[in-house]
Amino acid sequence: MKILLALIPVIFSVNFLTVDNNPVMQDPEEQVVVEKGIENNIFAEDNEACLVCHGEVTYELTDTVLGVTAKRNMNEDYYINRDKYYQSNHWSFACTDCHSYEFNIFPHNTSERLEEHFTCNDCHAYDEAYARYQFENIDLEYQESTHAELEGFSCWKCHNPHSYEINIRNTENLEKTILYDNNICLECHGNFSNYQLLSDNAEVNFVTNHEWLPNESLHFKNVRCIECHTEVNEDMLVAHKILPKEQAVRNCTECHSEDSRLLTTLYKYQSREFRSDGGYMNAVILNQSYVVGANSNRILGLLSFIIFGGVLAVIGFHIIIRIIKKV
Amino acid sequence: MAKRLFLYPVWIRIWHIINAVLFLILIATGIAIQFAGKSDGVSLIRFDHAIAWHNTMAVILIGNYIIFLLGNWMGVNSKHYKIKKENFFKDLITQAKFYAFGMFKGEKHPFPVTEDSKFNPLQKIFYVLVMYLGIPLLIISGLGLLFPEILIKQFLGVSGLLLTDILHISVGFFLSVFLIIHIYTCTLGDKPGTLFKSMINGYHEEHD
Repeated sequence: MKILLALIPVIFSVNFLTVDNNPVMQDPEEQVVVEKGIENNIFAEDNEACLVCHGEVTYELTDTVLGVTAKRNMNEDYYINRDKYYQSNHWSFACTDCHSYEFNIFPHNTSERLEEHFTCNDCHAYDEAYARYQFENIDLEYQESTHAELEGFSCWKCHNPHSYEINIRNTENLEKTILYDNNICLECHGNFSNYQLLSDNAEVNFVTNHEWLPNESLHFKNVRCIECHTEVNEDMLVAHKILPKEQAVRNCTECHSEDSRLLTTLYKYQSREFRSDGGYMNAVILNQSYVVGANSNRILGLLSFIIFGGVLAVIGFHIIIRIIKKV
Repeated sequence: MAKRLFLYPVWIRIWHIINAVLFLILIATGIAIQFAGKSDGVSLIRFDHAIAWHNTMAVILIGNYIIFLLGNWMGVNSKHYKIKKENFFKDLITQAKFYAFGMFKGEKHPFPVTEDSKFNPLQKIFYVLVMYLGIPLLIISGLGLLFPEILIKQFLGVSGLLLTDILHISVGFFLSVFLIIHIYTCTLGDKPGTLFKSMINGYHEEHD
């Protein structure tokens, strides 16, 4: 027993030494020397021409003939939160980098208002700088996902270009990443007003729908929806093929086992880093969180078999002597 | 000359059999949870069933443990768990020597069973460690796993849940090993089944 207790800290220290909790990922976004923020956007002043209206939740409408001024709510779709925008991935852009320069004319012309929006791949596909994100494959996966069947669905429904931040590579605070990513799903699946804009399905309550999960709230806090609702693709960093609900994972041991699915989903970055170090994979889960069934430690497991085997051997030997001595 | 002592009152026997059954279920379901495989067809107990049974039996075990504590606190049984400081190690060695060599040479029990002392020194130290250290640690760590929100999130850079889990599994493992030894040493009575019979009828029987 003393030996095992003495070994526990050693085993942990081995894990500390071998698991890189925060692997440094070279994002093109991260290579930008300038820190994110409105003060560092050279187009900030120009952008204010748009944000003077679109950066406010309300705007004033004036009838110069009648001299009447009224306050109106800005349509949610056209409201840009300055703080979020200047912290997003696209923080350094001018509005007119993506939107027509003609939007400087107010009231906006219908032709501009009907302007087709860029998609992710218009800028990111087939570009060496973004090759590792596999935008082309993301698009292929998305085309096969259940979302692609919905009219009016696009990348922007989940990844708001005015606020989206890639944060999975920042594993310092996994909980924050999980919350951020799950909130993307809940924008529609937890808000029927948004949901019904894209689907004719009846309202569903995602909380009651997941009541079969033991410790439901813990699951919501510690894993992303996409862990169970996407098809795992070993080659992709983040799976984008959202499956119909009937095909979602319901088998507990998909995650709660030593070869946990989470190693190829939520912990994929760490797994890849760690695999190259020659460690045993579930150590990345071991050091960062706790998943029943996926946390078995090989060293402790081996030690327990040795102790158990030793005890059985002593008992077996004792029995043999008893038989020989007829005691 | 035959010796017949009434050592195990009804409450202890009922508590003991409940504890034994709970322990066996908890070990089986605990192993199923710890070594869960992706294919449920291979596992003897389905993961979600194992979790449900483990949690339910654990709550009953807590109730049963409280009965044990109250029974010992209110009755006279606690005297058997009091360890004497004098000759502590010497007595342990004497008893261990008896199991290893003495019993094969026909020596008499170095610490014969009496109404005031039903456990030998080795039994006593193991039972005290199990009942007053092992089980409480198992219960506290188990409650931590059942209500993870009460646990410290990180301790020295490691998940508090994980440390609690390691503690729970380690203590559970040692108690499982204890159970094997316990069952085996219970075959060391006059006949292999004598001591098991005692826990059914309450009487300790010995022949010279």
